[in-house]
Amino acid sequence: MCKDCGCSITTNKHQHEHTHVDEQGREYNHVHDHEHDEGKNVHESGHHHHDHDDSHKHQEAHAHLHDNPQLNDAKTIAVITKILDKNDHEARHNRAHFDEHGVLCINLMSSPGSGKTTLLEHMADLAPFKFGVVEGDLETSRDADRLHVKGIQAHQIQTGSACHLDAFMVHKALHHMDMEAMDVCFVENVGNLVCPASYDVGSHLNIVLVSIPEGNDKIEKYPVMFRQADLVLITKTDLLPYFDYDIEHEKIMARKLKPNVDILELNIKEEASIMRVIEWIEFKRKMRG
Amino acid sequence: MHEYSVVQALLTQCEEHAMANKAKKITKVVVKIGVMSGIEPYLLETAFNTFKETTVCDGGEFIMNIQPLTIECQECKTVSELEKIQYCCPKCESIDVKVIDGEEMFLMSLEMV
Ligand SMILES: Nc1nc2c(ncn2[C@@H]2O[C@H](COP(=O)(O)OP(=O)(O)OP(=O)(O)O)[C@@H](O)[C@H]2O)c(=O)[nH]1
Ligand SMILES: [Mg+2]
Ligand SMILES: [Zn+2]
Repeated sequence: MCKDCGCSITTNKHQHEHTHVDEQGREYNHVHDHEHDEGKNVHESGHHHHDHDDSHKHQEAHAHLHDNPQLNDAKTIAVITKILDKNDHEARHNRAHFDEHGVLCINLMSSPGSGKTTLLEHMADLAPFKFGVVEGDLETSRDADRLHVKGIQAHQIQTGSACHLDAFMVHKALHHMDMEAMDVCFVENVGNLVCPASYDVGSHLNIVLVSIPEGNDKIEKYPVMFRQADLVLITKTDLLPYFDYDIEHEKIMARKLKPNVDILELNIKEEASIMRVIEWIEFKRKMRG
Repeated sequence: MHEYSVVQALLTQCEEHAMANKAKKITKVVVKIGVMSGIEPYLLETAFNTFKETTVCDGGEFIMNIQPLTIECQECKTVSELEKIQYCCPKCESIDVKVIDGEEMFLMSLEMV
């Protein structure tokens, strides 16, 4: 484990992929090494920003590189950078952690009460893979407690007023988890269909849940969230007789936002439907080698 | 709402650029906000103007350029700026499209003294 951030990379150097953006706002990736030596990368607990020193230099160099000669009257500088670049950098760092341990990370997002924790509880008895959960909630550790009862490794993050998890919070939580004891790490995000969509937490895949009682228009109303989905889970289908909910319409809407998105229906009282979700995850896991 | 967190990240970037350029003040901040970035421009502007006061951006102007969703069709190679959020080529109706712009938030330029 490297002392500074607790990541399991034993050598001093490790690689980070960076996304840079040119004047037109197009992205390109490149990989650079960065050193992990003490004092340089300060990691304070309880503090979300533990920035890698060299990424700052990098940014400066980057800004310099893109100085626009026309605007460069020593007053205006062009600094085309993603506003959330620090979060994105940390997210890539988290993903590197997961990759090293051969752990598939899945971000679960939905509005409050769509059935995220219930699904995790039920998967405990059925899944062929071992999993852990990073739980995000504004208050209480009720969800983590529910999972502990089922023997699931879980760490609760209480975000206080933050309406989403970011990559720094997830990184901190990972320090409390045994990656060796899991094949899949779920991040149960704060119940919210807006804010979590803007933050990469370092997951490989996103599952977005939407339940029948929420009504027929959620996918159209929250396109940014559903655009992020690799799998849309339409949950609580046992309640279909009580609501006017047009599932086929919702599927069309989801695929307008993301033509290749997978969609499954889930009724927690029907084991076969839980098994389909598990099979989807197993398949994705196998496809990553 | 996460506009507050986004503004925090933005103000940190401004502080860093001001320091790197030995500037005393940032007088103008230009950002590009994609319509599919998940940010509500009005809330972002309010958050910026609320939190800039204690930073190098105090008194600074905030310019938001709203970026429509822009896709490149992989079939007919047409680049289109979309009015409706629908990931489909308006010319040939192919769904094999690549997003070029409109899903991200960028800090574009800074004016400093
Ligand atoms: N009828 C029915 N109820 C369900 C189903 N799945 C979950 N529920 C119920 O929905 C309620 C909320 O479920 P949770 O799993 O706590 O939802 P959550 O998404 O984890 O909620 P937050 O963490 O607060 O965002 C509970 O009362 C569950 O029993 C289902 O398939 N059918
Ligand atoms: Mg929950
Ligand atoms: Zn086309």
